[in-house]
Amino acid sequence: MKLEIRNLSKSFGKQLVLGDITLLLEKVHTLALIGPSGGGKSTLLRVIAGLERPDQGEVWLNDNEIVFQEKLLREHRRTVGTVFQSFNLFPHLTAFANVTLPLEKVHQYTPQKARESATEILERFQLMEHAHKQPAQLSGGQRQRIAIARAVAIKPKLLLFDEPTSALDPEMTGEVLDLIEELREEGRDFVLVTHQMGFARRVADQIAILGQGRIVECGPPAQVLDQPKEEVTRQFLSRILKY
Amino acid sequence: MEPVATTGFAVRAWRSVRRCFWQSAEERQTRPAWWIVAINWVLAFLLLSLVAWYAFASLRYNWNWDAVSGYANFFWRGWFTTILVSAMALVLSTLIGVTTALLRRSGFFVLRALSRIYVETIRGTPLLVQISFAFYVVASAIHLENRLVVGVATLAIFSGAFISEIVRGGIESIGASQLDSARAIGLTRVQTYRYVIFPQAIRVILPGLAGMFASLIKDSSLLSVISIGEFTWNAQQVGGLTYSLFETYIPLAIGYLVLTLPITIWTQWLERRTRFET
Repeated sequence: MKLEIRNLSKSFGKQLVLGDITLLLEKVHTLALIGPSGGGKSTLLRVIAGLERPDQGEVWLNDNEIVFQEKLLREHRRTVGTVFQSFNLFPHLTAFANVTLPLEKVHQYTPQKARESATEILERFQLMEHAHKQPAQLSGGQRQRIAIARAVAIKPKLLLFDEPTSALDPEMTGEVLDLIEELREEGRDFVLVTHQMGFARRVADQIAILGQGRIVECGPPAQVLDQPKEEVTRQFLSRILKY
Repeated sequence: MEPVATTGFAVRAWRSVRRCFWQSAEERQTRPAWWIVAINWVLAFLLLSLVAWYAFASLRYNWNWDAVSGYANFFWRGWFTTILVSAMALVLSTLIGVTTALLRRSGFFVLRALSRIYVETIRGTPLLVQISFAFYVVASAIHLENRLVVGVATLAIFSGAFISEIVRGGIESIGASQLDSARAIGLTRVQTYRYVIFPQAIRVILPGLAGMFASLIKDSSLLSVISIGEFTWNAQQVGGLTYSLFETYIPLAIGYLVLTLPITIWTQWLERRTRFET
C-alpha cells in the first residue's frame, strides 16, 4: 500500500493528541506504530480506520483521499478491517454469526454466500469447532482470532490492528500473533499498533515511533530499533526493554 | 478403640432444629432443602392468617357473601376489561417509551428537551391528576367521548414515561466498544440499533418492562375515577348495591394478585437470567 499523511492534527478538548503529522510511505506492507502510551498511536490508527475525524490534515491511501464525511467514511470503513484491543465481538451472536453479520448486512452477500465465506475463513483459521459458540464461551485468544476472521472475511484492502494482544493473557498472545504473522505472509497490508517489540521487528517493514503527538522516527525495524537517531526513541526503547 | 462423638445428644438435637429455621451468614451461600423452605412458608402464612383472623374478629363484621356472589359475572367482566385495558396500554406505552428513549438520544436538541420534559412531568405527577386532566380537559376539548380510549391513552402515556427510562437504561448499558465495532464494520446507525444495540439491550430492558406491566395492571384501577367499567369500578358498584365492603374488596385484591403475581415471579426469573449471562 501507499500511505500518505499530510499535516494531520487532532485534539480531544484541550488535549493535543496528534500535532501536525506528516508521513509518506511509498510502498509498505506492514506498518507498526509504537511508542509511549498517550503518544497518539491509537488515535492515528483510528483516523486511518475512519473512526475518528481529524481537526486538520489529509490522509491518502493508495492515492485515494479519505474524505472525513460520515457517509463517505462509512464507505471507507467497509473496505478496511479493524480489530480492537478487546470486546470486539458481539456477545449476543455466535462466533459464526459475528463473521456473517457484516457480510450479509453491509456487503450484501446472500445468506448462503455469507455462510460459505464464513465457513471457508473459519476453517482456514482452524476455528470451525468454535463457530457455534457465543463469545463468552471462548477464550480471549479465540475471541480475538474470530474478530480477525471477521475483519479478513470482508476482503479488506487494509487491516488495522489496535493493540490486538494487550488485553490477553500472555499465553494467548502467541496464537493471535501467529495468525497475524500468517496474514503477513499472505502479503496482506496492515497497520498495527503494538507494544510487542519483538513482534513488530519480525513482521513490520516500517516502524513509526509516535510520542507526544508527533512521529519521532520512522524507518525499517533494524534502523529504528537498533540505531535510533532520536533521544526520545532511545529513552522509550530503554524503558520498554529494561524488564 | 474408636473415638466417641464428643457432642452430646441435646446439642445435636438443638442444632438440627435450629437448621430448620435459621441460617448463619456463611450458610446463606447454600440453598436449604426444599422441605425446610416449605415448612417456613407455611409458618409465614399461618402467622399472617393469625394476624388477619385477629383483626377481623375484633372488627365484628357481618359477612354477607351471598349478596355479592350474585354479581360474579359483573366481577368477571370487570376483570377481563382490566386485562384488556392493561394489555392495550402496555403495547402502546412500549411504543411511546421506545420512541421517546430514542428521541432522547436524537441529534436535535429540541427533541431531546421535549422527551426530557415528557418523562419528568409524567413521572413527577400523580396518575390520578393526569387521568382527570386528560378526561375533563383534553378529551372534552377534542370531543373524544370514548372513555376507554381516553383511559388506555392516559395509562399508556403514564407508563410510557417509565418505560422510556427503562429503555434508555438498556440502550446506555451497551458499551462504547460495541458501538465502535458496529461502526468499524460499516453498519449504519439504524442497522446498529437493529443488529447490535436492541438485541443486547432487550436483556436489560425485559425485567424492567415486566415489572412495569405488573404496576400498570394495578394502576389501571385508577381509571375507575372516570367510570370506566374495569375491575375496580365494577367492584365498587357491587359494593354500593349490596352495602358490602370486604366482600367486594377481597375478591378485588385477589383478582389483581392473580394477574400481577405471575408477572412478578417471571420478572425475578428474568433478572436472575440476565445476571448469570453477564
